[in-house]
Order: sequence, then C-alpha cells, then structure tokens
Amino acid sequence: MANEVLNVIYSAGEYDVIVIGLGHSGCEAALASARMGFRTLALTLNLENIALMPCNPSIGGPAKSHLVREIDALGGEMALNTDKSAIQMRMLNTKKGPAVRALRAQCDKRLYQKNMKIALEKEPNLNLKQLIAERIVIKNGRVTGVITHTGAKFKSKAVIITSGTYLKSRVIIGNAYFNTGPNYQHAAVNLSDNLKDLGIKLMRFKTGTPARVDRRTVDFTKMIEQPGDEKPYNFSFISPIRERKQVSCWLTYTNEKTHEIIREHLHLSPLYSGVIEGVGPRYCPSIEDKVVRFADKDRHQVFIEPEGLDTYELYVQGMSTSLPEYVQYKFLRTIPGLENVEIIRPAYAIEYDCIEPTQLKLSLELKGIEGLFFAGQINGTSGYEEAAAQGLIAGINAVMYIQNRPPLILSRAESYIGVIIDDLVTKGTEEPYRLLTSRAEYRLFLRQDNADLRLTEKGRAVGLVNDERWELFNRKKELIDKKLKWLKKTYILPKTEINEKMKQIGISPIKQKINLYALLKRPEVSFDTLKELGFEIDEESIDVLEELTAQVKYEGYIEKQKNLIEKFKRLENLKLDADIDYNEIKGLRTEAKQKLNKIKPESIGQASRISGVNPADISVLLIWLEQRKKKNNVANK
Amino acid sequence: MNETIAAIATPLGEGGIGIVRMSGPKSIDIAKKVFRPKYNHNWHDGPGFRIVYGHVVDPERDEVIDEVVLSLMRSPKSFTGEDVVEINCHGGILVTKKILQLVLNNGASLAEPGEFTKRAFLNGRIDLIQAESIIDIIRAKTDVALKISTLQLKGELSKKINHIQRELLKLLAQIEASIDFPEDAEEVCCDDLKLSLESILKDLNKFIDNYKIGKIYTEGALVSIVGKPNVGKSSLMNLLLNENRAIVTEIPGTTRDTIEEVINIEGIPVRIVDTAGLREAEDAIERIGVERSKEVIRRSNLVLFVLDVLYGFTDEDREILDMIRDIKKIILINKIDISDERAKVQIEEIEKNFKGEDIVKISAVKGTGLEELKQKIASAMLDKEVNISDLAVFSRERHRLALEKARKYIEESLRDADKNVPLDLLSINIRGAWEALGEITGSAVTEDLVDTIFRDFCIGK
Repeated sequence: MANEVLNVIYSAGEYDVIVIGLGHSGCEAALASARMGFRTLALTLNLENIALMPCNPSIGGPAKSHLVREIDALGGEMALNTDKSAIQMRMLNTKKGPAVRALRAQCDKRLYQKNMKIALEKEPNLNLKQLIAERIVIKNGRVTGVITHTGAKFKSKAVIITSGTYLKSRVIIGNAYFNTGPNYQHAAVNLSDNLKDLGIKLMRFKTGTPARVDRRTVDFTKMIEQPGDEKPYNFSFISPIRERKQVSCWLTYTNEKTHEIIREHLHLSPLYSGVIEGVGPRYCPSIEDKVVRFADKDRHQVFIEPEGLDTYELYVQGMSTSLPEYVQYKFLRTIPGLENVEIIRPAYAIEYDCIEPTQLKLSLELKGIEGLFFAGQINGTSGYEEAAAQGLIAGINAVMYIQNRPPLILSRAESYIGVIIDDLVTKGTEEPYRLLTSRAEYRLFLRQDNADLRLTEKGRAVGLVNDERWELFNRKKELIDKKLKWLKKTYILPKTEINEKMKQIGISPIKQKINLYALLKRPEVSFDTLKELGFEIDEESIDVLEELTAQVKYEGYIEKQKNLIEKFKRLENLKLDADIDYNEIKGLRTEAKQKLNKIKPESIGQASRISGVNPADISVLLIWLEQRKKKNNVANK
Repeated sequence: MNETIAAIATPLGEGGIGIVRMSGPKSIDIAKKVFRPKYNHNWHDGPGFRIVYGHVVDPERDEVIDEVVLSLMRSPKSFTGEDVVEINCHGGILVTKKILQLVLNNGASLAEPGEFTKRAFLNGRIDLIQAESIIDIIRAKTDVALKISTLQLKGELSKKINHIQRELLKLLAQIEASIDFPEDAEEVCCDDLKLSLESILKDLNKFIDNYKIGKIYTEGALVSIVGKPNVGKSSLMNLLLNENRAIVTEIPGTTRDTIEEVINIEGIPVRIVDTAGLREAEDAIERIGVERSKEVIRRSNLVLFVLDVLYGFTDEDREILDMIRDIKKIILINKIDISDERAKVQIEEIEKNFKGEDIVKISAVKGTGLEELKQKIASAMLDKEVNISDLAVFSRERHRLALEKARKYIEESLRDADKNVPLDLLSINIRGAWEALGEITGSAVTEDLVDTIFRDFCIGK
C-alpha cells in the first residue's frame, strides 16, 4: 500500500450522505441528496476542479443529449448548467427522425465549472470539503462513514463513490508516465486499495485526450467554419429562453503526410510498446489507432473547438494520441491551418482503476455492502453525461435507502438512464462504456423531446422535482393537450387559393376537407408549413411543437413500439429476490446457475438479458417462481 | 403470457384424427376467422363448452380445407386455464399442418415445447407434484430441440442465413453509425439502401422457395396419376402401393373420387393420388369427382400421364394434356405387355409427340418398368442443386415462420424507403428482420451491432 494513513483519526462530524468526488457524477449525486432534504457532505481532491471537463468542451450529441434531458426531467442540474455555460448550440440529426434528433452544446469550460460550484454552494444541506477520502468504514455489512487523508472521520448512513478516473490513475505521454489524475491532479491511490480490501473486483481502463493548442497560432482561413444554430435551443425544459453569443467551431482534415509521420513513429506509442495495460474504448480511438486500423482512409476529420470565451485554448477533436510531444508537433503541423501551431497542453493517455459494474444492483448500490453506492466512470463508463446520469440515480437511491423506501429504478423501456444502468449491471462492460441510441430497444419512444413526459412525475414522487418545475411541467402538458385538440378540430378546405398556396410552398394540394392533424402527418409538412399557410403558431414553445410533431407524425410506429413495451414490462414486473440460491433450482443449467448467482437479477426480464441464460432457463425460473408462490400461500394458510 | 399459442396436439403421422389446439385470449377470435359452422352460427357466444361441426376455411382464398369438429373450452375451465379451442380434423400430416398454418397466419404463435402444460401450471390447473416433472420435460425437449437445430445449423443453408444476417447488420451499422456519430460516419444514401434491401429480399425469397423443396421431404410430394378412363391408372396405383387399394374394374369411370395413399420413394414420402377420369362426366356424382381431380392436379408437384399403348396419343389424351401443360410430368406408356405391331407403331408415335420429355414404358398389371418409374419420380421431384442435409433446417415450421417474418419486415422497410421515412423509423423494420433471423441463429442484435459499428466505421474523438 502506498501512503499509509499516518494522521491521527478524529471524529469530524456526521452526515446522512457522503459523496466522494465532485465530477459530473458527484455533483448530481450531492445535489440530489441535498435537495431531497438530507445532510450531505461532498469531498473532492481539489475545489478548483469541480465539474471539470478534462476532455472535449461539449455536452450532448446523440444519446447523450437524451441523457441530459432525462437528468433534467428528474430534477438534476446538468441541463440547467449547460444552458448557462453554452457558447454554441446545434441540433444534430435533424433529418434522421424524431427519435435521434440530438442537441449538442459547446461549453465554456471555466464557466461551466463556476456555475456548477455556485449551484453546489447554494444548497443549504450540502457541505463541500477539499479532502481525499481514503477509507470506507463498514460495520456489519453496512457503510457507516469515511476516513480522509487528514485523519478526519465522518459518519454517514450512505456513501456514494464517484471518483471518476482518479483511482490509481497514470498519465502517459510517449514513454513517459506520471502517477497522476487528469490534468496532473492527485491520483487516489489508497481508496483503490481500500476497495480491493473490501473484496470489490477492479478493472483497468484507459482513455485519452488530444492536445490543446493556441488560438493565435491557428489559421482559420484554411478551415471550414461550423457555426451554431440560430434557434434558441435549451437542454433544460425550464431554462429561460436566452439569446446566446454563438461561437464557431472549425473543420479541417489530416492528410497522407500526417499519416506517414504517425506510421513512422508508431514504435514510440506506449500502446504498441506495452507501457499501457488498460483497455481503451473503440469509439474513441487515438489518431494512431485510426491510421493503423483504417489504413485505406486518406484523411480523417479534425474539429477545432474553443475551450471557452476568454481563453486562447482550442481543443483538437479527432487527434487524441499517446505519442511523444515532439511527434505531436510534427503531425499536427501537417494539417491545413495548423502549420504553425503551438501546443499549450500536449495530448495524453490515461489509465485508471474502475470496478466491475456487475457487482452493483440496479439501484447502483453494491451487492453485499448496504448503503455503499457507485456512480460514473468508476463503474466503467465514459462521458460526462453518462456519469451525471448515474450520479443522479445514486444520489436519489442513497436517500431512498436511508428512508427505507424502494429504490428508483428506471426501466429500459422508459429511459436511456435505464438502458445504461441495466447494461452495466446485467452485462458488465469490457471497455469504457458509451451510450448509443442503438443500445435502446424502444428508441422511438425515448426521445429527447418527451423526456419530461416520461420522467418528471417520477422525479416528483421521489421528492427531487421542485414546485417551479412541477408547475411548468403541468402547464406544458396542458399546452400539448390543447394544441392537439386544436390540430384535430381545425379543418382546411380544398379551395383554389389554399391549394395555390400549397403548391407555392412545395406541398401537394388537398382534394377534400382535412384537419391539420392529418395534414401534419404528411412527411413534407411541419409546423413551419402551417405557419406559412397562415395559421398562428406559438414560436415560444419549441419543445411543445417538437413533441407534437413526433406524436402526430409517427403515431403508428409509436403505437407499435408501445405494444412491444407492454410485452417487455410483463417480464420486468416478475420480481426475483436477492436471496434466491439458484443452485437449488432444479432444471437450470450449470452456466445459468453461475451467472444468475453472480448477477442476482431483480426480475425475470433482467435475467433474460444475462448472456448465458437461455429461454429454457427462463421457463424453468417462471415455473419455479409460481411453485414457490403456491408453497408460500399454503404455508400462510 | 397474453399470446395465443397453437400446436398440433396429436402425434404426427399416426392416428386417424389430427387435433390442432389453441390456447390464449385470442383463441376464439382466431377460430371465428377460420371456422365455418354448419348449423350453430352463434357457437362462440354464451358460456361454457361447445362442440360444433363445420368446416375449416382459408378466409383469404375462401377455400375449404377440411371438415372438422371444433371444441371450445372457456377460461378458466380448460386444460390450460385459458380459452382453448381444439380443431379435430381428418388427420393426415398435410391437412393438420395446413390448419395449424392457418391459425398461425391468423394471429396465433407456435407453442414452445411443453408450453401448454406450462400455462396449465401457471394458471393453477396442475398441482405441484405434476409441475416438478414439467420442468424435466421442458428441459429435455428444448435441449434436444436446441441440439437438433445446432446440428442443422451447420449446413450450407444456415451459412446463407448468416450471410443475410451479416448483410442486414452491415446495413444497420451504416444507419446507426450515421445516427450515433453524425459527424464521423457518412450519410446513408437512400438508393444504395434500397438496392441492398432488394438484394436481401431476393435472397430471402430464394430461401423460402427452397423451403418448399424441404417440405417435400417432410410432408411428402403430391403426385397425381392422370389419363383417360380405363387406361390403367388404378392398376398403376396398386402397383405402386403393392396392394389392391383402388377399385379396379373394366368399366370406365369406376374411380369416382380421388384416392390418396402415401408411399416411400427413395426416401421421399410421396402422396400418390389416383384421379377420377377427366372425361366429361355423365352424372352429378361423377362431376364432383372430375372437379376434385382437376383441383388435385393443379396442386401436384408431379403428374404421371398414362397413355394406352393400344390407342396411342388420342384426341382425348390431347385434351388432358392441355390441362397439365404447365405441370412437371412423366409420360407413361402402359400395357406394354401387349407387344404387337400396332403397339410398336403407337410407341413410336408417342415418342415423337413427347420429344425431350421423360417417357417410361410400363405394364401396370405385370409390374414391368416399376423401378425405372420410381427413379424418375424421385429425380423429377428434387432440384439437384439442393443438398438434402440442408433441407432439414427448413423442415422446421418455426424456421420458415421466422424467414417469412423477416421477409415481411424487409418488404415493409422497402415501402418505408419509398416513402422516405427518416432513418430512425426505417431502422425499426430492418432490425425486425434481423431479429427474426436471429430466432433461427440465436444471436442478439445489440452486441453484434455495436461491434460492427466500431469495426467498420472510423468514428470518435
């Protein structure tokens, strides 16, 4: 063990919930617990680095924007904070369908951190402390507190570990490595050992980040400008509509020369020399990876993104690498616009410990230790949004645990949050897990526009949705209802002037009287078209229009998916207790017994998603369940 | 458990009666669609049990399949505790399977092994001790089924299914990559998409056609004997059957109805049908027989066209030939035991008329030419390109259903593509097709899809 705790341990106070780490996951966890009315302590290595974005300066994008909206719908902070800190917003996938439209923000990183810190400090039930948590105190299989590097012992009923990539982290640039966390911060060494001592299985993952370069040394005239959208989009359902100063990003490309340099220096990459042991994500390949694996591509995209409004630092998206700094200079300078570039921070790879997430329950509580929760990158995920979503759920469930209430478990059929957590807990992950829309079975129903309709009532029920949000939510629901009725009862007639107008704006004329509802169903018709036809459309409520468009246009498909969801729910509702010993169940195959005992699924539905459990095993389980129920009934009589 | 399941409840190929059983909330509705009662038209109303006589009719083609007795047992007083409808038909593999097919097409799904019993248990119709043994049954049946299907899946055709699945996956991965990584992956081109879908559809169609050949092995081929009256059709039938099953007389028109028997030719179960004479009928009964014969001929995989060596190719024969022109056939010259000059001339005449066709000279009475005939029947029935071991895969109803489901999805996604629906909707049906095939190969879409996206597309920061 590295640095033993040498300080004298002293009693430093008592809390309901302690959150370890204040990254995106920890912030949501701490805020949720505090806002639900529980005394919360949040510990961080460095108060200057709250809600740090150590990689790209953006939030959202496909699947991720869905998560941010879901966090918001439940009463989380990420969406509100992004709206406050965004310097560009773009709606992606606008032509690919309602389910996959995705908002993405470029953020001012420093502003994001500052705003989040303000939000945390404003919470009366939340204390922040700059301390390194080193030991989790467990008594009789139940968490009772945390001991820090200074010897401070805090008592608590629940602990949430959101330590991100800091466990035994190691930064690697070329063949040099440093035992530090992202941005050369402290690595958390003792906590990692402590978790191992508690019997928790750890894995080693790797990720990386590209160089930051000096704006003054970049020639934008050789790049393609990527401006933001003009519409005043927001992530949060309750953010005020604000005019935002939109800052552009820039697109350029690598070329053969770049690739040649990379190939020449491959032997210097720690990935190939064996310095790196961790497993890296496939969706976030380093540039050397891309050059080797996709050798036939003659160029790769490079996006230049500003790190903030009042900084010269630019993020070079697409050029993540662990090659030595001098090689980074060499290949960056082959890229149009970067010929004279100066690096401010070199790219690096980072390795860290994380836990095998199959050790968790769907509530994110560790199986076997009551009151100990895990969320974020420590669970083997990647991405700010994935981390925040888990943090929120862990925060809520820590409080539910203390209150002795059943945990909030969102299903795959109602949320992307449910998809992530179920995937992690049921299947585990072999690389840093990233959410994709294709991981969701019921994608059409899980849109970003209806996240509040799906989840806000749940957030209200657990006590996280405040009155203001609740009122706005109900008003929006009413508005949708009202507009829907209006669409149905407003008819247009096939008059010559109307049909002329339709031809003018490029839609085929009508032959008989139809209502706006039917008209909106046509692929080429949108609310904008209705406006052009002279109907009054309330521009204020983009959300409502988006939601209505999806509801009306894709009614048939959505209905079909709803039927599938009903089917899915039946198996999810058949619950399995944690104390079932699957070895005792006659008829299960050995592999199924082992897997079921390891995962301890909470429902038949979850059991059916475990690899190695086949449909016959599920039949056996169903019968066994019924049998047991009958036995119990007899016993009760 | 809201699905309505159906299966054949009697052992296949045995017994004089076949029972198709349905259980579940839609049983009665489905029965209403395919069953036409003779008298009691309100059989489905009112409480309790019902036994009704009537016909099973294919509602789409308005074609009578069989004369049946239908019994209805209402929930909870039935074997499974759900609404149960049993259709008692006249047995025979073909008819029973056809009725099963019909209820499946009308909304039932094929029952898993032991599923009726499982439902019976879950609905409290069976006690605990009985239930213990059900687990063993389910276990055993599914494991055996699994083993069989994995064995079967090693064949050539399964390679082809995997191939189609790979093609679908490529397509899906392309769509998904463009959705999840809009800035990295290339946009999906609608025309390319349609081309791929069309080529997949073509492959699927080919498979489903192959299934029909596979079906010949499991359900038997239909071979009908045709010819003018008294040409020796019944004698030929008897020769093939090795017994005096058909009534053989010297009076033309004795065989008034079709007579059907199953024989084994080179491993293929062949249903031989002796048709009534196809001449103009003189009475009502005969007319029915003639009509039925025509129908049988239309459905036959092969026709044995019998000519009389003494009369040669007559005008009457020519009329019959017109009826069977589009069907695969073997020309039989019967009664070659009579070998006079006249016969020789007629044989030459016939051979001239049927140049390039299969001709076999037989004597149905003496048994001459039987072996040659059997071989010709076997080879006429089978496509030489199809490997017999592969066909087993498609002999399974479940597999065929899965293939047809996949085809439906692809057809729907082609319609979607024509309507220019957005990608997220388009992907639903393509995914559906993939999953339908996954029911055969047992693979799960999400993992494979994510793997393919990352393998084939250069994406990410």
